[in-house]
Amino acid sequence: MIDFTLILAAGVASGTVLLFAAVGEIFAERAGVLNLGVEGMMLFGAVAGFSVAAATGDPWIGLVVAMLAGGLLSLLHAVMAIGFRAEQVISGLALTFLGTGLARVLGDGLSSVGPVTTLPRFTVPLLADIPLLGPILFRDQSVLTYVGFILVPLTWYWIERTRPGLHLRAVGERPAAADAQGIDVVRLRYLYVLAGGVLAGLAGATITLAISPGWFGDQTTNGRGWIAIGLVIFAQWSPIRAAVGAYLFGAIFRFIIDIQGVPTILGVGNPFQAGRSATFFLEMLPYAFVIVVVLIGSRAALRRRVGAPAALGIPYVRGERGA
Amino acid sequence: MIVRLEPRAQTPRWLEAILTLAAVVIALLIGAVVLAFVGGDPVRAYLHIVDSAFGDIGVLSDTLVKATPLILTGLACALAFRMRLWNIGAEGQFLLGAWGAGAVVLAPVLPAGTPAIIVIPAMMLAGAVAGAVWGIIPGVLKARLGVNEIITTLMLNYIALAWLQFWVFGPWSEGGFQQTAPFPREAWLPRLTDFSEEVPVLAGLTTHLGLVFALIATAVMSIVVSRTRWGYEMRLLGDNARAARYAGIDIARYVIVVFAISGALAGLAGMSEVSGVVHRLQDRISPGYGFTAIIIAYLARLGPWRVVLASILFGALILAGREIQPSGVPAMIQGIILFCLIAAEVLMRYRVRIGRPAVAAT
Repeated sequence: MIDFTLILAAGVASGTVLLFAAVGEIFAERAGVLNLGVEGMMLFGAVAGFSVAAATGDPWIGLVVAMLAGGLLSLLHAVMAIGFRAEQVISGLALTFLGTGLARVLGDGLSSVGPVTTLPRFTVPLLADIPLLGPILFRDQSVLTYVGFILVPLTWYWIERTRPGLHLRAVGERPAAADAQGIDVVRLRYLYVLAGGVLAGLAGATITLAISPGWFGDQTTNGRGWIAIGLVIFAQWSPIRAAVGAYLFGAIFRFIIDIQGVPTILGVGNPFQAGRSATFFLEMLPYAFVIVVVLIGSRAALRRRVGAPAALGIPYVRGERGA
Repeated sequence: MIVRLEPRAQTPRWLEAILTLAAVVIALLIGAVVLAFVGGDPVRAYLHIVDSAFGDIGVLSDTLVKATPLILTGLACALAFRMRLWNIGAEGQFLLGAWGAGAVVLAPVLPAGTPAIIVIPAMMLAGAVAGAVWGIIPGVLKARLGVNEIITTLMLNYIALAWLQFWVFGPWSEGGFQQTAPFPREAWLPRLTDFSEEVPVLAGLTTHLGLVFALIATAVMSIVVSRTRWGYEMRLLGDNARAARYAGIDIARYVIVVFAISGALAGLAGMSEVSGVVHRLQDRISPGYGFTAIIIAYLARLGPWRVVLASILFGALILAGREIQPSGVPAMIQGIILFCLIAAEVLMRYRVRIGRPAVAAT
């Protein structure tokens, strides 16, 4: 029988990947820069982290390198989008191509690398004993999962309740007004795109160094960078809603894997057992669900008149109308 | 000393051409450096690309085979991008088109033994319709409900692949293998080599009728976009949606129609690929044509005939890239080309001034 506590616990772990990537994208988009390169930055971070961890034997060094790698790639997009005022959609896509290609070039031969030391896992005393939630959230999780728990409220507080967060929102909503207030629009946009890249690199390393260690070419992320971008729309640019969505999708991904190992459901033969062709409908599920979820997000945003940051995707030029 | 970007009132055509060319050359140079860095031999790799793509008439023909799906998907992207609709879903529309075309002979919709003159048009129609349906979904969601088309088209790519895999591994699988039975000869697009009895020079050349479809589509699109009222209104929508709305143009209808045509073109590419090259359905019929198409559309600066040129270049890259190790090199070079093109476009739109701000301000 399927143990739902275990599925949910594993879902929280795999949702952490989406969480980091989505929070990173929220930073960039709240500053007014659309970065569609998440998938590329994640893959690049994933391969950089994994190869360094394999070479040094220390996953922590791998983790740091992964974050640097994601940040480095994001700067390329920042220069194009902010410095050169290029079309952000195209530049982001270019970043995904480049990151994916680089990752595959660097990852050549990595798939045969044996097991690497993964980041530590532990159970939080006391909290793990909370009924229902304890075993799901606090039992034998990776250290990165706990980092995710802490990151969400911190991000929310930073964006909504601090002065730098106010500046961030101003830069994304009304850059001209922010500029008039003496806020350096360009510098802040660079910083938050960089932050997004670092978090995307972290998301990649979360896969290869913690959740499902190993390198499987571009199947390693399997579109999760794009799902994270969809989550941002669903979350209406709020880190808290993004966390809910991320864990939900994490659970769906886990459920899809786990249900394939079950021979019968309620006494009937399981049509989705591994090896049967109906499993392909299971594989569609998360992607179809993203469409539904983005649809819900767009409808809600329309109704409540809260939409994307007003200056999202528009380069800022001092003295130009509409910027 | 600061660097400033001043908008140009008008970009001379020669500058566009030179900058685009320079971007490709610089991208290939950067690619060479990266190749050398990871331990490859860039000179040999590039010579290999040229040789295995244009070396003799046989490989030139193979290059055109690779260019055919790229032209059709490239046109699909160029059309949508012209209206600033980001259809990133040509890959999925291609797969659905291939599936729709395959269904005609595998389901089968037409009984075995139907002559080619009926089977081929039926497959073209089925492929185009299946692709169009896959394009209309994000089109309607965008036009009626304001849903971001980038996300929906991307997600539909993954769904399309799983859908194709279901049929290829499941109902249409040939003896449990990951492919269907080969199509009957009536479902094959004629190739040059099929005429080698009459014209011996053509022996072994695999270029197929799909290339003709692609060139016809190019001609039609070039006329419709630049010479008709429909094309004019569409371009107006892309350049200035607000002005178009004041002019009374029904934006939602244009969004849906453009997405449908875009999907149909990509679907036709899928049909042409399975009927002209693969001759059966598999899950790996595309090495990412629909994604490369995005770069092609951009490299061609959305011009239909330039899409053909860009497709031949990328056809060569894909063809030669199959043998280059490591396998990620073509994808990486594509990314670098795209970045260089973006940088080149900046130089087209802006004049770069270097000087002190005080001087520049006077």
